[in-house]
Amino acid sequence: MKTSYREAMRAALREALAADPRVFLMGEDVGKYGGSYAVSKGLLEEFGPERVRDTPLSELAFVGAGIGAALGGMRPIVEVMTVNFSLLALDQIVNTASLYRHMSGGQFSVPLVIRMATGAGRQIAAQHSHSLENWYAHVPGLKVLAPATVEDARGMLAPALADPDPVVIFEHAQLYNMEGELPEPWTRDIRSAAVRKQGSAVSLITYGGSLPKTFAAAELLAKDGIDAEVVDLRVLRPLDDATIMASVAKCRRAVIIDEGWKTGSLAAEVMARIVEQAFYELDAPLARVCSEEVPMPYARHMEEAALPQPAKIVAAAKGLLR
Amino acid sequence: MTLAPPPSGPVPWERDFALAMTRDMLRIRRLEERAAELYGERKIRGFLHLYIGEEAVAVGALHALAPEDNIVATYREHGHALVRGMPMRTIMAEMYGKREGCSRGRGGSMHLFDARLRLYGGNAIVGGGLPLAVGLALADKLQGLRRVTACFFGEGAMAEGVFHESMNLAALWQVPVLFCCENNLYAMGTALARSESQTDLCVKAAAYKVPTLKVDGQDVVAVHEAARKAQADVRAGGGPFFVEFQTYRYRAHSMFDPDLYRDKKEIEEWKTRGPLHTFTARLKAEGKLTEEQFLALDAEVAKEVEDAVAFAEACSWEPVEDLTKDVTAP
Repeated sequence: MKTSYREAMRAALREALAADPRVFLMGEDVGKYGGSYAVSKGLLEEFGPERVRDTPLSELAFVGAGIGAALGGMRPIVEVMTVNFSLLALDQIVNTASLYRHMSGGQFSVPLVIRMATGAGRQIAAQHSHSLENWYAHVPGLKVLAPATVEDARGMLAPALADPDPVVIFEHAQLYNMEGELPEPWTRDIRSAAVRKQGSAVSLITYGGSLPKTFAAAELLAKDGIDAEVVDLRVLRPLDDATIMASVAKCRRAVIIDEGWKTGSLAAEVMARIVEQAFYELDAPLARVCSEEVPMPYARHMEEAALPQPAKIVAAAKGLLR
Repeated sequence: MTLAPPPSGPVPWERDFALAMTRDMLRIRRLEERAAELYGERKIRGFLHLYIGEEAVAVGALHALAPEDNIVATYREHGHALVRGMPMRTIMAEMYGKREGCSRGRGGSMHLFDARLRLYGGNAIVGGGLPLAVGLALADKLQGLRRVTACFFGEGAMAEGVFHESMNLAALWQVPVLFCCENNLYAMGTALARSESQTDLCVKAAAYKVPTLKVDGQDVVAVHEAARKAQADVRAGGGPFFVEFQTYRYRAHSMFDPDLYRDKKEIEEWKTRGPLHTFTARLKAEGKLTEEQFLALDAEVAKEVEDAVAFAEACSWEPVEDLTKDVTAP
């Protein structure tokens, strides 16, 4: 069945709301407006305003209320419109949700799902284009997911809701219109990375909105006779070291592609782990393609220059094969 | 600032209840006096925020609530945990950092949690508990439970944006939260008048169409009666309620605070309005309590405190191998 990433996510939400009366969705414009990215369109009519709950522009309070509702026996899905606005809720996510289980000696857990759009590429300039997945992936107590395919958009919400701890789901805004076949079964785990394309010459390790660009790079490399493997991290915390190291051991070269800024990036974490765990498997230094260290500019050519692009990935991969 | 005269007048309670209230105030006072000593002996470390002077608020308010209600408290919460029913031994063990503490020694003084008592912390981010309380109350409302969520916070939290966001959400959604503002006049070292353009706190809550009460927090009778009224209103489905308890902490903000920002004279004046001695004086005047009975009660409480200390001393340390246990579910 052909479907879009947006429709797959909506189907996952609909299924969750229908399956469990404890589940409710809340956030800015999720109801009457239909969701700022139209993900929740139609759900208000189907499930009513108690379960598809519009909130005021109060990110800190409605994320905190989601935590409280989770502690109180519900299974809330809180939609923060974008990662940019999630900074207003960072206190509740980092100082409350992620800490409660450990700080209370294991007495409380926070079964909360927080969804947010992330990433650049639509000329919406510096304040609406952040990619801060690594900030959340830094925090013990959180699980961080980055569905990058239609089947992950469909299949990762249910296990996230079943998880007893807080889960943050990043949906790259550039992916919503992406269409693909939804294979059966579409149930997915929230533990493992996935090898999306088998290869042998270089491992291209990425996640989220950079996955389609990485596929494009792999195709370009193939034209030059370079057989690249593509690894989709899927789960950014905890990282699936085994899949990463197996790919590195097989290809002996790796490029990490990450839309975050290079300094302190998730790419840096992946590289450090490879150095720690698979250093002697490598035939070349590691390389990475990240965003340039500038606030995201508005003008199209400048934005494109700031972001990872297939040509940059190809160049980085070829640099390891000289 | 001219202080109101000390709380006085008849105590409209049965003797047994009045003595139970006295006892709980005394338990908090003696527990914390001992904790301060133990801090000096380096048995208790980290931050230690004493509630001494404010006891009437926790005692009066929590005795107005039901066991099924939810409690959200701050880092100055020893009294709330104790009155809610946490054994003094468990509190002391937590302050020692021992495994038998309520939070296995991971939380310490500021993070007393008890799932059984529905005590959701022990939150040491100012204002951090407010949206949590709104969410707990929302969960109850969605599940058709007639619980009240009592959320304690200081007046300092009202300068945080999250206070305003939470008040708006609670009122907009008409969820059953009893907002209990413990106005002790100082946000750490910053006096209310130095930090707020509007020092009438009830006005702020009323701006969100939340009903309010302003109460003498040094008068346990007034506190209890106000809390009873407010919780009944909330429980009956009236939506959130805001009560300002006007109180004062006699000790410094924490054990690190040299207390240089207020007049010693001001502290002494507030001590004439002390919640314990003014209440016992009223009981004595009514013949409900004799000095001998008070001393006997005090001795009993002292015993409980020493028992808690001995317990905490004898408790064990969580093995280091358990360090990463309960970060997430196994």
